Amino acid sequence: MKRRVFTALLVGSAAGGTARLLAAETPNEIKVLAMKFDFTPETIKVKVGQPVTLVLTSMDRIHGFKMPEFGIRTDIIPDQETRVTLTPQKTGNFTFFCDIFCGDGHEDMSGTLVVEA
Amino acid sequence: MQQADRRDFLKLAGMAGVTFTAGLFPGWQAAAQAAADFHFVQFSDTHWGYSGPANPDAEHTLEKAVATVNGLAKQPDFIVFTGDLTHTTDDGKERRARMKRFREIVGALSVKDVRFMPGEHDASLDKGEAFKEFFGATHYTFDHKGVHFIVLDNVSDPGAKLGDEQLAWLAADLKQRKTDDRIVVLTHRPLFDLKPDWDWTTADGAKAIELLMPYQNVVVFYGHIHQENHHMTGHIAHHAAKSLIFPLPAPGSQPKRAPLPYDAAMPGLGTRDIAVAAKVTWTELPVTKA
Repeated sequence: MKRRVFTALLVGSAAGGTARLLAAETPNEIKVLAMKFDFTPETIKVKVGQPVTLVLTSMDRIHGFKMPEFGIRTDIIPDQETRVTLTPQKTGNFTFFCDIFCGDGHEDMSGTLVVEA
Repeated sequence: MQQADRRDFLKLAGMAGVTFTAGLFPGWQAAAQAAADFHFVQFSDTHWGYSGPANPDAEHTLEKAVATVNGLAKQPDFIVFTGDLTHTTDDGKERRARMKRFREIVGALSVKDVRFMPGEHDASLDKGEAFKEFFGATHYTFDHKGVHFIVLDNVSDPGAKLGDEQLAWLAADLKQRKTDDRIVVLTHRPLFDLKPDWDWTTADGAKAIELLMPYQNVVVFYGHIHQENHHMTGHIAHHAAKSLIFPLPAPGSQPKRAPLPYDAAMPGLGTRDIAVAAKVTWTELPVTKA
């Protein structure tokens, strides 16, 4: 199985985030399934300052995964794991959504990353 | 140089409605354009084929709007449809049936010079294949009474991109223009980042704006967001149009971009009558003439 790895860090906190990541802090992995017209889970809870890897998989067709506030976007291709690693540096709710038009319901295909203290 | 005059209340063509004026052609000399004034009508986001609670009148709304435009005392020189002519479907046969019926309905327009462009609902699932069969090219230019119109396709790529090839085409077209030419861009999605986390943007729209920026007299009319919106990127004005199916919430005004509740008076729906001169003014037209 092919693997593509994307690393994203909050703007303004890249250095600190990278240092922690390179210090052998293993990111928690969270599997996220994409299928018309939902992400499962729809709400992802993570801790501020802790690296996390989202393991994205599509169950039907190509989808997109975009989280503008983290500067993240990638395709999610069926039968292929796409991994996105990030270290959130502030608490809050952040929207992610499919940005590849996938049909009647595409506009509803979104979720929330909840970053807790 | 013309100045913005946003409180210019007029009535165009005998149709009641508030008219807005924007200083859209700041570099254009009024004395040179007296003979070139004209107007055109913008339809957007008709979503023919939609069925749902956001518009129980969906089967008739487009026909009503066609009748309203046909009733204008002064008919427009031409009409544009800025995308999402049809509501999307996974079934290619049904998509074509919707396009066929849509074309029949708008065939009742009195004005026969009609320009179409796709929205993502028309073109993103098949890269514009069905749209081209019914309506022709997805990006093109035309000229009318001294104004250069550029139609951009930011939907046939399902990732909402214009793409390098179209951007090169745009650059080549603009090289033939003088910097003070009047240019109107028509497209579906906003070229700028209106609300990125609602996907109200064009992935490489900034590149198009960069190409347009040297030109003094550029205005963009678009759709997609189902409501009026007015935004400046430098001296370039971007104006979003209402839809003819259901209004969407103002950017960021609610957690999700779900349609607003149906209102039988349809205050959030309509078309737009755009007058082009040294300034560009427009009148928002209701679905049905009161």
